[in-house]
Amino acid sequence: MATQAQTPLIETLAIEAKGLVKRFDDTLAVDGVDLSVPEGAIYGILGPNGAGKTTTLRMLLGIIDPDEGVRRVFGHDRPHDIARLIGYLPEERGLYPAMKCDEAIAFMGALRGLPLDEGRRRGRELMEAHGLGHAVDRQIRQLSKGMAQTVQLLGTLVHRPRLVVLDEPFSGLDAINQGKLEVMIRELAADGVTVIFSTHVIHHAERLCDDVAIIAGGKVPYAGSVDAARDRIPAQVRLETRRAEGAWCTALPDDARHDPKKDGSHFWYFPLPAGGIEALLKRLIEGEAGVLSLSIERAGLHDAFVEIAGAAAAKAMKDEVPA
Amino acid sequence: MTASRLSLWQAAWVIARRDMRAILFSKAFLLFLLGPIFFGGISLGAGMLGAKAAGSAEPARLAVILSPQETADLRRAYAELAPLVDLPIVEAVRANDTEPRALLKDRDRNFGAVLTGSLAAPRLTGTPDQIERWRGRVALLAARAMGDSATYPSVVLDPTSSSVASARTAQTGTATAGITLLFLLTMLLAGMVLSNLVEEKANKIIEILAAAIPMDAVFVGKLFAMLGVSFVGLAVWGAIAGVAILLGGAAIPALVAPAIGWPLFVALFVVYFALAYLLIGSIFLTVGSMAATVRDVQTLSMPATIAQLAVFFLATFAMTDIGSPMELFACIFPLSSPYAMVGRAAQSAALWPHLLALVWQVMWVAIFVRVGARLFRRKVMKSGPAGRKPKNKGAPAV
Repeated sequence: MATQAQTPLIETLAIEAKGLVKRFDDTLAVDGVDLSVPEGAIYGILGPNGAGKTTTLRMLLGIIDPDEGVRRVFGHDRPHDIARLIGYLPEERGLYPAMKCDEAIAFMGALRGLPLDEGRRRGRELMEAHGLGHAVDRQIRQLSKGMAQTVQLLGTLVHRPRLVVLDEPFSGLDAINQGKLEVMIRELAADGVTVIFSTHVIHHAERLCDDVAIIAGGKVPYAGSVDAARDRIPAQVRLETRRAEGAWCTALPDDARHDPKKDGSHFWYFPLPAGGIEALLKRLIEGEAGVLSLSIERAGLHDAFVEIAGAAAAKAMKDEVPA
Repeated sequence: MTASRLSLWQAAWVIARRDMRAILFSKAFLLFLLGPIFFGGISLGAGMLGAKAAGSAEPARLAVILSPQETADLRRAYAELAPLVDLPIVEAVRANDTEPRALLKDRDRNFGAVLTGSLAAPRLTGTPDQIERWRGRVALLAARAMGDSATYPSVVLDPTSSSVASARTAQTGTATAGITLLFLLTMLLAGMVLSNLVEEKANKIIEILAAAIPMDAVFVGKLFAMLGVSFVGLAVWGAIAGVAILLGGAAIPALVAPAIGWPLFVALFVVYFALAYLLIGSIFLTVGSMAATVRDVQTLSMPATIAQLAVFFLATFAMTDIGSPMELFACIFPLSSPYAMVGRAAQSAALWPHLLALVWQVMWVAIFVRVGARLFRRKVMKSGPAGRKPKNKGAPAV
């Protein structure tokens, strides 16, 4: 039964959440999360395990209700009302082991209103397109973990959703399958599908996302574009000189870090001066610093994460990166 | 494809369809089918052996109290027909020998029934089962004895009072059998629906379902899928029983016909079975929603199992005294009502209590399913692998 859509706060948002709070007994799992996911974006939710990513996604999808706050998906307060527009891959992968692959995909489509026959047909097409055509008639229990995960992902997409939510989609995949998944996510976004995924591996978010939310301890200290997150940290200058002393040294910022090398060269690291690099470079040359190299390094998302979420959260993320 | 979600019943159908297919084509279903057939086969075999032994030891005889001429005619007809038809052994008894009922009580003579009256108007006295079984053969004998094979005289049946009493006792046996069968079936199915749900949670499917459709639909779908499975089982067992009866015939130990007759009794049994299963199944599913492991299931389902046993004993005890306060309580208490009403159907011909009971039970099924679905929705995502996270992390658990 179709429900009347409510007017979204912003027309172009696929997901909007304000002040989401969720408690489990005495544990505050999510503490006032705000999110705005534009339609057609690839949106990452970054944070270590236990930060509240899964709970947030479950609230956004209506699997659990928030204790406080509001969430809207395509303007609807109740995500189940537009379940046919959503595809969801949970962190805990699950398929019926005895089901054949095309049946499994069709079943997941049927849950979202796709007729079974159509689901089977599309399932076969999708499996062919993703190099799994030979496994269409195999039971799920006969597949490798990576193949089963791909089948589940195809089941998430079979009904052609407008919003795809992936909870830790890269976990458990080898490098090749991670690459394939990245391509798939980009293709979805190119087709206008909004993709939101959680991850504790920063480089996936950095490579794929337009926008990210950094979540730690149930709070979202940052939500916005990846570029804006990186711009919160000034670019770093990496200077290599032959000499370590001289009048030119006064041109360097006070907090410049000096790193002498065994070959006699000297490295200097400091934030990019507010006035730019040209004036500094002029003084270095005039002061005969013996400039060997100079580069300006823009901060990565990892640096931004450390800056925003704190070193402890960053360490937790690093510890969780699979070998 | 529209944006709106599936309705509750559409979603329940998706779940039920998958569950039914998965169960019907599983080894577990084969075992489910074979279990009762195995036990039934043993009972049947034992019954047939017993019947054969009893038959070879001393078959019941038909006492004949007719005029000498008619007795002679009957003997002649018997000699002609005995090679062709399975007839009871007849034994002529002098007309003034004794009264038919006294003959039947004579333990030394082993009469199953007594034929009196005349060949044109035979009267058969005996237990209801026996005279019903022999009435056709007696009519055949009488017609042949009168030299008219085309016109069968109408046999007047005279059930003995002691036989009526024994029939009532036997109907209690039918009631007990019905209640026991109902109890075993519902226990078996409730256990299956529970393990099905726990397996689903272990397979981590539940979160996919929860994201796509209302949890009420998962609850209803699973509940009715198992009901559908059980109907398939009943159909298979019924067909096998039918074939066995056709093949085994009189050798199969038969239950005495219930007071409302077999067709209605079977129909009511199926309906009461469905209602009993929906009641207990909704409890077990709700229990399953709270359990994460098989051990949790065993712990949590124990009270429900004990309650079901109590209900079974209540109904079994209550049916021995139809109309007593205990029996009325068993008929009214929702969980015991289907069992008690099966017992009543076997022993009482009144139909209106069944109409009332069906309305009453349907109402309780609606309440149980609704409350169960609500609890299921609340609990199912708070337990099991999907709802648990490692607790050794610094940040709050998700």
